[in-house]
Amino acid sequence: MHPFNYIAASSVDETLAVLDELGPRARILAGGTDLLVQLRGERFEIDSIVDIKQVPEARALHVGDSLIIGSAVPCYQIYENSEIANLYPGLIDAASLIGGIQIQSRASIGGNLCNASPSADGICPLIVHSAIANIKSPTTDRTIPVEDFCTGPGKNSLQNNEMLLSIKIPLPSKGFGAAYQRFIPRNEMDIAIASVGSAITVDTIDSNITHARIALGAVGPTPIFAKKSSDFLIGKQPTQHVFEEAAEIAVGEASPIGDMRGTPAQRLQLVRVLTQRTLTIALERAKTNL
Amino acid sequence: MDSPKKIAVNCELNGKPAEFLVAPYQSLLETLREVLGLTGTKEGCNDGNCGACTVTLNGRIVDSCLVLGAEVEGASIDTIEGMATPDGLHPLQQSFLEEAALQCGICTPGFLVSAKALLEREPHPSEERIRLWLAGNLCRCTGYDKIIRAVEKVANQNS
Repeated sequence: MHPFNYIAASSVDETLAVLDELGPRARILAGGTDLLVQLRGERFEIDSIVDIKQVPEARALHVGDSLIIGSAVPCYQIYENSEIANLYPGLIDAASLIGGIQIQSRASIGGNLCNASPSADGICPLIVHSAIANIKSPTTDRTIPVEDFCTGPGKNSLQNNEMLLSIKIPLPSKGFGAAYQRFIPRNEMDIAIASVGSAITVDTIDSNITHARIALGAVGPTPIFAKKSSDFLIGKQPTQHVFEEAAEIAVGEASPIGDMRGTPAQRLQLVRVLTQRTLTIALERAKTNL
Repeated sequence: MDSPKKIAVNCELNGKPAEFLVAPYQSLLETLREVLGLTGTKEGCNDGNCGACTVTLNGRIVDSCLVLGAEVEGASIDTIEGMATPDGLHPLQQSFLEEAALQCGICTPGFLVSAKALLEREPHPSEERIRLWLAGNLCRCTGYDKIIRAVEKVANQNS
């Protein structure tokens, strides 16, 4: 492994100054559960690692007008927070199945997003919860919907002098429910062959769907916001038949590759099954939230 | 680039103050084994899959191969070396012996540190909960059942 310096940044300005000076020769360290493995595997080399776990904005986790998750907040802090667990069930599904307990002590949802894996468990739930990425550079602040953040396998839209500061998720409305499921060969500790996140909103126990978002993982170069199947659901009755139809449309929005984890046909079948299942769970959760 | 300078780190290690120098790119696992001579923590995969290097960092279990030594400034770390007392083995260690919950033993320190953290948090976990909590620890010898039984035995002794 190429030797690198360690900088424990105490502020956003200090972090950005290092990125501005070193560009791609510096990387931000949050939980390190992807970055340290990649450095050890000599996927790329850097001269400095900037630890942001002491940067107040990166540690922030609070619910106000919206949920703010600092980019270095580890998974366990999210799922052990009962207020967040009640409001953001899809996010909790993901935070509690990323890696094992050891990984959840360190790995952050922000890092999961920046790592931009097509199979990242954290990203589909963010998409269905309508999350926004807050990005900062030395000169500008910008925001981008999470579904537009990843640009390819392992690639994101951050410039060399930019950092992901936090993720902002709007407060869910009454009658909102969400769920995330993945398929893996083992029970725990594996990478998704395919995964689906779903969110729906209903006004009353027997009303039509007023809002829906479906996101697909590991079936394209990035996690996919499945807009056609999401839009199809709006105005429909939330029945199993309608969920089956939405799942067929979602299958058409996936473009999986075949690799050692699974064939395209298996992945498309998983999209079909997991879309129906997550919509069903999202509906159950929505009904408890009326 | 000049070779990175070593960093002085102060932390609490197994309940006692510790001070050491680490290269900024050294993992906590390397720091424990090679700088501090605490070889009870084992290296398995060195990429966060196997849990053999599990230690407790500020009360949470972590894979020490995925933490930098430089990151533990001011932190509290507990390793397998801190588990037994001068009075004897920790109940989990005793139970692992009695239930034959190990064969080659490489994974054992990691399992013990993980199981201890679970029982301190949840004294009476279900079998399912124990299996889920220990999913980040791999064992290629026992088939897991003996390990789960050893942890359940201690949980049943808890008041």
